[in-house]
Amino acid sequence: MNKFKIILNGLVKENPTFVLLLGMCPTLGTTTSAVNGLGMGLATTFVLICSNVVLSAIKRIVPDMVRIPSFIVVIATFVTVLQMLMQAYLPSLYASLGLFIPLIVVNCIVLGRAEAFAVKNTPLDSMFDGIGMGLGFTFALTLLGACRELLGSGNIFGIDLWSSEYGALAFVLAPGAFIVLGYLIAIVNKIRKA
Amino acid sequence: MEYILIVISAIFVNNVVLSQFLGICPFLGVSKKVSTAAGMGAAVTFVLTIATVVTYLVQKCLLEPFDLKYLQTIAFILIIAALVQMVEIILKKVSPSLYQALGVFLPLITTNCCILGVAIMVGDGTYNLQGLPEATLLSGVVYAIATAIGFALALILFAGVREHLELMDIPEGMKGMPIALIVAGIMALAFIGFSGLV
Repeated sequence: MNKFKIILNGLVKENPTFVLLLGMCPTLGTTTSAVNGLGMGLATTFVLICSNVVLSAIKRIVPDMVRIPSFIVVIATFVTVLQMLMQAYLPSLYASLGLFIPLIVVNCIVLGRAEAFAVKNTPLDSMFDGIGMGLGFTFALTLLGACRELLGSGNIFGIDLWSSEYGALAFVLAPGAFIVLGYLIAIVNKIRKA
Repeated sequence: MEYILIVISAIFVNNVVLSQFLGICPFLGVSKKVSTAAGMGAAVTFVLTIATVVTYLVQKCLLEPFDLKYLQTIAFILIIAALVQMVEIILKKVSPSLYQALGVFLPLITTNCCILGVAIMVGDGTYNLQGLPEATLLSGVVYAIATAIGFALALILFAGVREHLELMDIPEGMKGMPIALIVAGIMALAFIGFSGLV
Protein backbone atom coordinates (compact mmCIF):
# COMPACT_ATOMS: atom_id res chain seq x y z
CA MET A 1 0.00 0.00 0.00
CA ASN A 2 1.06 3.54 -0.78
CA LYS A 3 2.71 5.16 2.28
CA PHE A 4 1.08 8.52 1.68
CA LYS A 5 -2.32 6.83 1.42
CA ILE A 6 -1.79 5.14 4.82
CA ILE A 7 -1.07 8.48 6.48
CA LEU A 8 -4.04 10.15 4.79
CA ASN A 9 -6.27 7.26 5.88
CA GLY A 10 -5.49 7.95 9.55
CA LEU A 11 -5.73 11.69 9.18
CA VAL A 12 -9.03 11.92 7.28
CA LYS A 13 -10.83 8.75 6.19
CA GLU A 14 -10.54 6.83 9.47
CA ASN A 15 -9.85 9.72 11.82
CA PRO A 16 -9.70 8.03 15.26
CA THR A 17 -11.73 10.71 17.03
CA PHE A 18 -14.28 11.91 14.52
CA VAL A 19 -14.90 8.69 12.56
CA LEU A 20 -13.81 5.69 14.65
CA LEU A 21 -14.78 7.37 17.97
CA LEU A 22 -11.87 5.78 19.84
CA GLY A 23 -9.90 7.16 22.78
CA MET A 24 -12.63 9.43 24.10
CA CYS A 25 -11.27 9.87 27.65
CA PRO A 26 -8.12 11.87 26.79
CA THR A 27 -10.03 13.59 23.98
CA LEU A 28 -12.47 15.04 26.48
CA GLY A 29 -10.27 15.22 29.54
CA THR A 30 -7.17 17.04 28.30
CA THR A 31 -8.54 19.53 25.78
CA THR A 32 -9.08 22.48 28.12
CA SER A 33 -6.71 24.46 25.85
CA ALA A 34 -5.24 24.03 22.38
CA VAL A 35 -1.71 23.56 23.78
CA ASN A 36 -2.80 20.75 26.12
CA GLY A 37 -4.64 19.06 23.25
CA LEU A 38 -1.56 19.29 21.05
CA GLY A 39 0.71 17.91 23.80
CA MET A 40 -1.60 14.98 24.54
CA GLY A 41 -1.93 14.24 20.82
CA LEU A 42 1.83 14.18 20.27
CA ALA A 43 2.39 12.03 23.38
CA THR A 44 -0.13 9.48 22.07
CA THR A 45 1.47 9.65 18.60
CA PHE A 46 4.85 8.72 20.10
CA VAL A 47 3.39 5.64 21.81
CA LEU A 48 1.37 4.70 18.73
CA ILE A 49 4.37 4.78 16.39
CA CYS A 50 6.70 2.87 18.75
CA SER A 51 4.15 0.21 19.71
CA ASN A 52 2.96 -0.27 16.10
CA VAL A 53 6.52 -0.88 14.88
CA VAL A 54 7.48 -3.26 17.71
CA LEU A 55 4.20 -5.19 17.71
CA SER A 56 4.32 -5.59 13.97
CA ALA A 57 7.90 -6.89 14.23
CA ILE A 58 7.15 -9.44 16.97
CA LYS A 59 3.75 -10.61 15.70
CA ARG A 60 5.11 -14.00 14.51
CA ILE A 61 7.00 -14.77 17.73
CA VAL A 62 4.10 -14.14 20.12
CA PRO A 63 1.78 -17.15 20.60
CA ASP A 64 -1.86 -16.37 19.91
CA MET A 65 -2.99 -17.24 23.44
CA VAL A 66 -0.98 -14.51 25.14
CA ARG A 67 -1.25 -12.00 22.33
CA ILE A 68 -3.32 -9.31 24.09
CA PRO A 69 -1.43 -9.43 27.43
CA SER A 70 1.95 -9.23 25.70
CA PHE A 71 0.72 -6.37 23.50
CA ILE A 72 -0.40 -4.50 26.61
CA VAL A 73 3.01 -5.01 28.25
CA VAL A 74 4.79 -3.60 25.18
CA ILE A 75 2.45 -0.58 25.13
CA ALA A 76 2.86 -0.05 28.90
CA THR A 77 6.65 -0.13 28.46
CA PHE A 78 6.56 2.69 25.91
CA VAL A 79 4.17 4.68 28.10
CA THR A 80 6.63 4.34 31.00
CA VAL A 81 9.45 5.55 28.72
CA LEU A 82 7.27 8.51 27.71
CA GLN A 83 6.45 9.29 31.35
CA MET A 84 10.14 9.42 32.24
CA LEU A 85 11.04 11.56 29.21
CA MET A 86 8.23 14.02 29.90
CA GLN A 87 9.07 14.27 33.60
CA ALA A 88 12.64 15.12 32.64
CA TYR A 89 12.15 17.51 29.71
CA LEU A 90 8.53 18.80 29.82
CA PRO A 91 7.62 18.88 33.53
CA SER A 92 4.96 21.61 33.17
CA LEU A 93 3.08 19.80 30.38
CA TYR A 94 3.41 16.55 32.34
CA ALA A 95 1.82 18.22 35.36
CA SER A 96 -1.07 19.69 33.39
CA LEU A 97 -1.88 16.41 31.59
CA GLY A 98 -1.48 14.52 34.89
CA LEU A 99 -3.24 11.18 35.14
CA PHE A 100 -3.93 10.99 31.41
CA ILE A 101 -0.30 10.19 30.52
CA PRO A 102 -0.24 6.77 32.27
CA LEU A 103 -3.77 6.24 30.93
CA ILE A 104 -2.43 6.15 27.34
CA VAL A 105 -1.95 2.42 28.12
CA VAL A 106 -5.71 1.94 28.11
CA ASN A 107 -6.34 4.23 25.14
CA CYS A 108 -8.34 2.10 22.70
CA ILE A 109 -6.59 3.65 19.68
CA VAL A 110 -3.22 2.12 20.56
CA LEU A 111 -4.46 -1.44 21.10
CA GLY A 112 -7.06 -0.99 18.36
CA ARG A 113 -4.48 -0.11 15.69
CA ALA A 114 -2.21 -2.93 16.89
CA GLU A 115 -5.04 -5.41 16.35
CA ALA A 116 -6.49 -3.85 13.21
CA PHE A 117 -3.30 -2.90 11.37
CA ALA A 118 0.06 -3.85 12.91
CA VAL A 119 -0.59 -7.60 13.10
CA LYS A 120 -1.41 -7.72 9.38
CA ASN A 121 1.25 -5.42 7.92
CA THR A 122 5.01 -4.87 7.79
CA PRO A 123 6.77 -2.77 10.48
CA LEU A 124 7.39 0.04 7.98
CA ASP A 125 3.73 0.27 6.94
CA SER A 126 2.73 0.06 10.62
CA MET A 127 5.01 2.99 11.36
CA PHE A 128 3.21 5.09 8.76
CA ASP A 129 -0.14 3.96 10.13
CA GLY A 130 1.03 5.08 13.59
CA ILE A 131 2.06 8.47 12.16
CA GLY A 132 -1.23 8.90 10.31
CA MET A 133 -3.45 7.84 13.21
CA GLY A 134 -1.37 9.87 15.66
CA LEU A 135 -1.58 12.99 13.52
CA GLY A 136 -5.33 12.48 13.04
CA PHE A 137 -5.75 12.20 16.81
CA THR A 138 -3.50 15.24 17.40
CA PHE A 139 -5.44 17.27 14.84
CA ALA A 140 -8.77 16.38 16.47
CA LEU A 141 -7.53 17.18 19.98
CA THR A 142 -5.98 20.47 18.94
CA LEU A 143 -9.17 21.51 17.12
CA LEU A 144 -11.35 20.58 20.09
CA GLY A 145 -8.96 22.32 22.50
CA ALA A 146 -8.88 25.46 20.33
CA CYS A 147 -12.71 25.61 20.13
CA ARG A 148 -13.07 25.20 23.89
CA GLU A 149 -10.35 27.73 24.64
CA LEU A 150 -11.89 30.24 22.24
CA LEU A 151 -15.44 29.84 23.55
CA GLY A 152 -14.40 29.62 27.18
CA SER A 153 -11.76 32.30 27.54
CA GLY A 154 -11.40 34.10 24.20
CA ASN A 155 -7.83 32.85 23.53
CA ILE A 156 -6.27 30.51 21.01
CA PHE A 157 -2.86 29.05 21.96
CA GLY A 158 -2.75 31.67 24.73
CA ILE A 159 -3.17 34.61 22.30
CA ASP A 160 -6.01 36.93 23.34
CA LEU A 161 -8.67 37.39 20.68
CA TRP A 162 -11.23 39.03 22.91
CA SER A 163 -11.68 39.65 26.61
CA SER A 164 -12.24 36.58 28.76
CA GLU A 165 -15.28 38.38 30.25
CA TYR A 166 -17.23 37.34 27.13
CA GLY A 167 -16.24 33.69 27.48
CA ALA A 168 -18.57 31.04 28.89
CA LEU A 169 -16.71 29.22 31.67
CA ALA A 170 -18.77 26.06 31.06
CA PHE A 171 -16.80 25.41 27.86
CA VAL A 172 -13.53 25.10 29.79
CA LEU A 173 -15.23 22.88 32.40
CA ALA A 174 -16.51 19.35 31.81
CA PRO A 175 -19.86 20.06 30.03
CA GLY A 176 -18.20 22.08 27.27
CA ALA A 177 -16.05 19.10 26.27
CA PHE A 178 -19.07 16.90 25.59
CA ILE A 179 -21.09 19.60 23.83
CA VAL A 180 -18.28 20.90 21.59
CA LEU A 181 -17.24 17.37 20.59
CA GLY A 182 -20.89 16.50 19.87
CA TYR A 183 -21.24 19.44 17.48
CA LEU A 184 -17.84 18.78 15.85
CA ILE A 185 -18.81 15.15 15.12
CA ALA A 186 -22.17 16.32 13.77
CA ILE A 187 -20.38 18.73 11.40
CA VAL A 188 -17.96 15.98 10.29
CA ASN A 189 -20.91 13.61 9.67
CA LYS A 190 -22.60 16.26 7.56
CA ILE A 191 -19.44 16.86 5.49
CA ARG A 192 -18.84 13.12 5.02
CA LYS A 193 -22.37 12.53 3.76
CA ALA A 194 -22.31 15.51 1.40
CA MET B 1 -17.78 11.76 58.82
CA GLU B 2 -14.75 12.04 56.52
CA TYR B 3 -15.77 8.81 54.82
CA ILE B 4 -19.27 10.17 54.14
CA LEU B 5 -17.67 13.23 52.58
CA ILE B 6 -15.47 11.03 50.37
CA VAL B 7 -18.56 9.12 49.23
CA ILE B 8 -20.60 12.24 48.41
CA SER B 9 -17.63 13.86 46.71
CA ALA B 10 -16.86 10.83 44.55
CA ILE B 11 -20.48 10.17 43.52
CA PHE B 12 -21.77 13.68 42.90
CA VAL B 13 -19.17 16.43 43.03
CA ASN B 14 -16.26 14.78 41.22
CA ASN B 15 -18.29 12.22 39.29
CA VAL B 16 -15.85 9.91 37.54
CA VAL B 17 -17.49 10.16 34.12
CA LEU B 18 -19.07 13.59 34.06
CA SER B 19 -16.31 15.61 35.67
CA GLN B 20 -13.12 13.52 35.54
CA PHE B 21 -13.65 11.99 32.07
CA LEU B 22 -12.64 8.47 33.05
CA GLY B 23 -14.48 5.51 31.55
CA ILE B 24 -16.06 7.37 28.65
CA CYS B 25 -15.86 4.39 26.25
CA PRO B 26 -18.30 2.14 28.17
CA PHE B 27 -20.32 5.25 29.07
CA LEU B 28 -21.00 5.88 25.38
CA GLY B 29 -20.87 2.25 24.26
CA VAL B 30 -23.10 0.31 26.69
CA SER B 31 -25.73 2.98 27.37
CA LYS B 32 -28.39 2.10 24.82
CA LYS B 33 -30.51 0.13 27.33
CA VAL B 34 -31.00 0.62 31.08
CA SER B 35 -30.68 -3.11 31.83
CA THR B 36 -27.27 -3.51 30.17
CA ALA B 37 -26.15 -0.24 31.73
CA ALA B 38 -27.01 -1.61 35.18
CA GLY B 39 -25.11 -4.84 34.42
CA MET B 40 -22.06 -2.91 33.28
CA GLY B 41 -22.26 -0.71 36.37
CA ALA B 42 -22.32 -3.78 38.60
CA ALA B 43 -19.39 -5.39 36.77
CA VAL B 44 -17.31 -2.22 37.06
CA THR B 45 -18.14 -1.88 40.78
CA PHE B 46 -16.99 -5.43 41.40
CA VAL B 47 -13.77 -5.22 39.38
CA LEU B 48 -12.89 -1.72 40.60
CA THR B 49 -13.19 -2.67 44.28
CA ILE B 50 -11.02 -5.78 43.99
CA ALA B 51 -8.53 -4.09 41.66
CA THR B 52 -8.06 -1.17 44.04
CA VAL B 53 -7.35 -3.43 47.01
CA VAL B 54 -4.87 -5.58 45.08
CA THR B 55 -3.05 -2.70 43.38
CA TYR B 56 -2.85 -0.74 46.66
CA LEU B 57 -1.26 -3.71 48.40
CA VAL B 58 1.16 -4.29 45.52
CA GLN B 59 2.10 -0.61 45.54
CA LYS B 60 2.73 -0.45 49.30
CA CYS B 61 4.26 -3.90 49.86
CA LEU B 62 6.24 -4.40 46.64
CA LEU B 63 6.81 -1.33 44.52
CA GLU B 64 7.58 1.25 47.21
CA PRO B 65 9.86 -0.81 49.54
CA PHE B 66 11.94 -2.05 46.61
CA ASP B 67 12.04 1.36 44.91
CA LEU B 68 10.27 0.12 41.80
CA LYS B 69 7.70 2.89 41.47
CA TYR B 70 8.50 3.37 37.79
CA LEU B 71 6.98 -0.08 37.14
CA GLN B 72 3.60 1.12 38.45
CA THR B 73 1.86 1.44 35.07
CA ILE B 74 2.98 -1.98 33.81
CA ALA B 75 2.27 -3.80 37.08
CA PHE B 76 -1.19 -2.26 37.53
CA ILE B 77 -2.41 -2.96 34.01
CA LEU B 78 -1.30 -6.60 34.26
CA ILE B 79 -3.10 -7.05 37.58
CA ILE B 80 -6.27 -5.51 36.16
CA ALA B 81 -6.12 -7.63 33.02
CA ALA B 82 -5.79 -10.81 35.09
CA LEU B 83 -8.65 -9.80 37.39
CA VAL B 84 -10.99 -9.06 34.49
CA GLN B 85 -10.21 -12.44 32.97
CA MET B 86 -11.11 -14.04 36.31
CA VAL B 87 -14.41 -12.14 36.61
CA GLU B 88 -15.26 -13.18 33.07
CA ILE B 89 -14.72 -16.87 33.84
CA ILE B 90 -16.73 -16.66 37.07
CA LEU B 91 -19.59 -14.75 35.43
CA LYS B 92 -19.76 -17.26 32.56
CA LYS B 93 -20.34 -20.05 35.10
CA VAL B 94 -22.57 -18.23 37.61
CA SER B 95 -24.77 -16.03 35.44
CA PRO B 96 -24.77 -16.91 31.72
CA SER B 97 -27.60 -14.44 30.98
CA LEU B 98 -25.67 -11.49 32.37
CA TYR B 99 -22.59 -12.75 30.55
CA GLN B 100 -24.55 -12.78 27.31
CA ALA B 101 -25.91 -9.28 27.93
CA LEU B 102 -22.50 -7.74 28.55
CA GLY B 103 -20.97 -9.74 25.71
CA VAL B 104 -18.11 -7.97 24.08
CA PHE B 105 -17.89 -5.23 26.69
CA LEU B 106 -16.59 -7.36 29.56
CA PRO B 107 -13.08 -7.77 28.10
CA LEU B 108 -13.21 -4.03 27.50
CA ILE B 109 -13.24 -3.41 31.26
CA THR B 110 -9.48 -4.01 31.04
CA THR B 111 -9.15 -0.96 28.86
CA ASN B 112 -11.66 1.02 30.92
CA CYS B 113 -9.56 3.93 32.07
CA CYS B 114 -11.63 4.43 35.22
CA ILE B 115 -10.19 1.19 36.69
CA LEU B 116 -6.54 2.04 36.01
CA GLY B 117 -7.12 5.71 36.79
CA VAL B 118 -8.64 5.02 40.22
CA ALA B 119 -5.95 2.41 40.98
CA ILE B 120 -3.21 4.96 40.23
CA MET B 121 -4.94 7.74 42.21
CA VAL B 122 -5.41 5.48 45.24
CA GLY B 123 -1.88 4.08 44.98
CA ASP B 124 -0.34 7.56 44.79
CA GLY B 125 -2.82 8.99 47.33
CA THR B 126 -3.69 11.85 44.99
CA TYR B 127 -7.49 11.54 45.17
CA ASN B 128 -9.60 14.03 47.08
CA LEU B 129 -9.23 13.07 50.74
CA GLN B 130 -11.84 15.43 52.24
CA GLY B 131 -10.00 16.20 55.46
CA LEU B 132 -8.42 12.80 56.14
CA PRO B 133 -4.74 13.24 57.06
CA GLU B 134 -3.40 10.51 54.80
CA ALA B 135 -4.50 7.89 52.30
CA THR B 136 -5.15 4.47 53.85
CA LEU B 137 -6.42 1.21 52.44
CA LEU B 138 -9.85 1.85 53.98
CA SER B 139 -10.26 5.34 52.54
CA GLY B 140 -9.00 4.05 49.19
CA VAL B 141 -11.58 1.28 49.12
CA VAL B 142 -14.35 3.66 50.18
CA TYR B 143 -13.28 6.00 47.41
CA ALA B 144 -13.19 3.17 44.84
CA ILE B 145 -16.66 1.88 45.73
CA ALA B 146 -18.13 5.39 45.71
CA THR B 147 -16.48 6.11 42.36
CA ALA B 148 -17.96 2.93 40.90
CA ILE B 149 -21.42 3.88 42.24
CA GLY B 150 -20.98 7.30 40.63
CA PHE B 151 -20.07 5.56 37.37
CA ALA B 152 -23.13 3.29 37.54
CA LEU B 153 -25.39 6.22 38.43
CA ALA B 154 -24.21 8.32 35.48
CA LEU B 155 -24.43 5.31 33.14
CA ILE B 156 -27.98 4.37 34.16
CA LEU B 157 -29.28 7.97 34.04
CA PHE B 158 -27.68 8.41 30.62
CA ALA B 159 -29.14 5.12 29.34
CA GLY B 160 -32.59 6.25 30.53
CA VAL B 161 -32.33 9.44 28.49
CA ARG B 162 -31.01 7.58 25.44
CA GLU B 163 -33.95 5.13 25.50
CA HIS B 164 -36.25 8.15 25.13
CA LEU B 165 -34.04 9.65 22.42
CA GLU B 166 -34.74 6.62 20.23
CA LEU B 167 -38.33 7.82 19.78
CA MET B 168 -37.49 11.47 19.19
CA ASP B 169 -37.32 13.28 15.88
CA ILE B 170 -33.64 14.27 15.65
CA PRO B 171 -32.00 16.12 12.72
CA GLU B 172 -30.18 13.70 10.40
CA GLY B 173 -26.60 14.81 11.16
CA MET B 174 -27.16 14.78 14.93
CA LYS B 175 -28.36 11.18 15.13
CA GLY B 176 -26.32 8.68 17.13
CA MET B 177 -23.14 9.89 18.78
CA PRO B 178 -23.49 13.70 18.45
CA ILE B 179 -26.82 13.91 20.26
CA ALA B 180 -25.58 11.42 22.88
CA LEU B 181 -22.55 13.62 23.57
CA ILE B 182 -24.71 16.72 23.90
CA VAL B 183 -27.02 14.90 26.34
CA ALA B 184 -23.91 13.92 28.34
CA GLY B 185 -22.84 17.57 28.28
CA ILE B 186 -26.17 18.72 29.68
CA MET B 187 -25.94 16.03 32.38
CA ALA B 188 -22.44 17.26 33.25
CA LEU B 189 -23.85 20.77 33.48
CA ALA B 190 -26.47 19.51 35.92
CA PHE B 191 -23.80 17.75 38.00
CA ILE B 192 -21.87 21.04 38.28
CA GLY B 193 -24.77 22.12 40.48
CA PHE B 194 -23.42 19.76 43.16
CA SER B 195 -20.04 21.49 43.22
CA GLY B 196 -20.67 23.53 46.37
CA LEU B 197 -21.88 20.47 48.29
CA VAL B 198 -18.62 19.31 49.91
